[in-house]
Amino acid sequence: MSKSKAPVLEAKNLVKTYGRVIAIDGADLQLFPGEILAVVGDNGAGKSTMIKCLSGAEVPDGGSMELDGAPITFKRQKDSRDAGIETVYQTLAVSPALDIAANLFLGREVRKKGPLGVLLRMLDNSGMRKRAKEEITALGIGTIQNISQAVETLSGGQRQAVSVARAAAFGQKVIILDEPTAALGVKESGQVLKLIESLRQRGLSIILISHNMPQVFEVADRIHIQRLGKRVAVVTPKSHTMNEVVAVMTGALKLDVKDQTLGPVR
Amino acid sequence: MSKTDSAIDAAETFKDRATTKQKVQTTLHNYPWLSSAAVLIVAVFVFSFGNENFLTTNNLSLILQQVAVIGAIAAGQTLIILTAGIDLSCGAIAIFASMVMAKTAFVNGWPGWAAFLLGIAVGTGAGAFNGWLITKVNLPPFIVTLGTFNVFSALTLFYATGRTIMDKELEPMFLYLGEPITIFSNFRITYGVLLVIVMYSILAFALRYTAWGRHVYAVGDDIEAARLAGIQVKRVLMSVYFSAGFIFAITSWIIIGRVGAASPNSGTNLNLDSITAVVIGGTSLFGGRGAIFGSLIGAVIVGVFRNGLTLAGVDLYYQTFAVGLLIITAVSIDQWIRKARV
Repeated sequence: MSKSKAPVLEAKNLVKTYGRVIAIDGADLQLFPGEILAVVGDNGAGKSTMIKCLSGAEVPDGGSMELDGAPITFKRQKDSRDAGIETVYQTLAVSPALDIAANLFLGREVRKKGPLGVLLRMLDNSGMRKRAKEEITALGIGTIQNISQAVETLSGGQRQAVSVARAAAFGQKVIILDEPTAALGVKESGQVLKLIESLRQRGLSIILISHNMPQVFEVADRIHIQRLGKRVAVVTPKSHTMNEVVAVMTGALKLDVKDQTLGPVR
Repeated sequence: MSKTDSAIDAAETFKDRATTKQKVQTTLHNYPWLSSAAVLIVAVFVFSFGNENFLTTNNLSLILQQVAVIGAIAAGQTLIILTAGIDLSCGAIAIFASMVMAKTAFVNGWPGWAAFLLGIAVGTGAGAFNGWLITKVNLPPFIVTLGTFNVFSALTLFYATGRTIMDKELEPMFLYLGEPITIFSNFRITYGVLLVIVMYSILAFALRYTAWGRHVYAVGDDIEAARLAGIQVKRVLMSVYFSAGFIFAITSWIIIGRVGAASPNSGTNLNLDSITAVVIGGTSLFGGRGAIFGSLIGAVIVGVFRNGLTLAGVDLYYQTFAVGLLIITAVSIDQWIRKARV
């Protein structure tokens, strides 16, 4: 536990409005290296909007963001990807008819080396399959046997795994997961949580948005509680109980700064 | 390693448990053009009993020449349908381009090559205009092309003043694609047929082996997923309508060669015929699924049906009836194989 650690990703005073609706109203967020930060909040607390700002899907109206201490502005998703932030969307953003390898490299396909790639723009399919296989194996997703299997033939948990593997393969610094277990059964949720843990062991920092309190308490290092477009508290699973977190979420309980965990815990 | 091997073995044994029906379904799912190829073989086999002249090299070359135009249009139509779009204006674009080529050369006295390039530019521009309306004005492809189908048809009649330009009035280069090449004895294909085959080969390569091709499938499969995966979906759609316009413009050259004249009144059914070829060829109207060569097979199937039924002495309306049944069967098979487990 070193207090001197600087955040890998930091958002200060973010504001985003849609017409008259104020989605986030001066929200802060700090993500420290190698931690899993859960973001919880009631519906309309501004979780998704904040995540969209961080992943470049929305451009904030005010506030600033820093990655490794350097100011960043994202105009589109590609900007955040180029900066090393990968997002796993709730809808997964996988193409059902394409196979696993094609999905892993969707939007950043690798061309063959030499004249075939340069002149004919031929894809390096075998190379991409090989890397996809390595990536899937590294994450320990044993149930996927065939890398050239169409994604639509996979179960919900496996699809989620493909989406997470894509983020893991290209994420350099931060991975954002939006409700990764919302559509999954108990066993599949367990798989995905394991995946998240293995990503952290690779040294990535993770933001996990979830409604599922037991899961949040199982994997998170710190819990960022959002309410009415602002961050109201940051706690840890050890310092507070589920009931207390829910109470803060709904506004029934207010936490003093000294009771919170604003610094890194790892 | 052994652990993964055993997992794979377990999966394989599980796979083997699939019933024959499921296996067929899975195979068709992986190779959507297989069912149309099977239909083609069966049709050729059956029609060879209908009339002894059917399975002659002479007749087979005739079928190929007859389907060249539909085949060419269907190539562009396939690209668009793969993105879950549709183009009702394809035939109108081709006819428009053919009239521009023929008339600028005959009436305005342009040299053949210049008239040809202008025709290609007009056709490609028309396709790009569709693409612009779809991606920038955000209109559904069906509505856009229904509108431009009427617009381009009207422009063609207006420009050509309803007059057909006959073969003697045409530049010789426009008729070039109608010239036959003898492959062996009686088996002749035209340069037009050859061009269609080359066109399909290029498209098949681009769709299968380039990132662009993969993006075309991804956009048709799930456009929002494609966007979130970082694909510039509007750029892909625009490129598809642009390329399709170019293909329709090239088709105008094939049409002039085939008909031996440039007529503003021809080709009214090219749009529906090309969609028929694409659907019978196993490409899904819902986008993201299908193979380009399937559409060529689809066009040939329609040609074989019409030719075979004619030779067997069947009336024209029964032929149309048969094509209708083919379409419904093809779409039913598409729906069925979508449910395949792999």
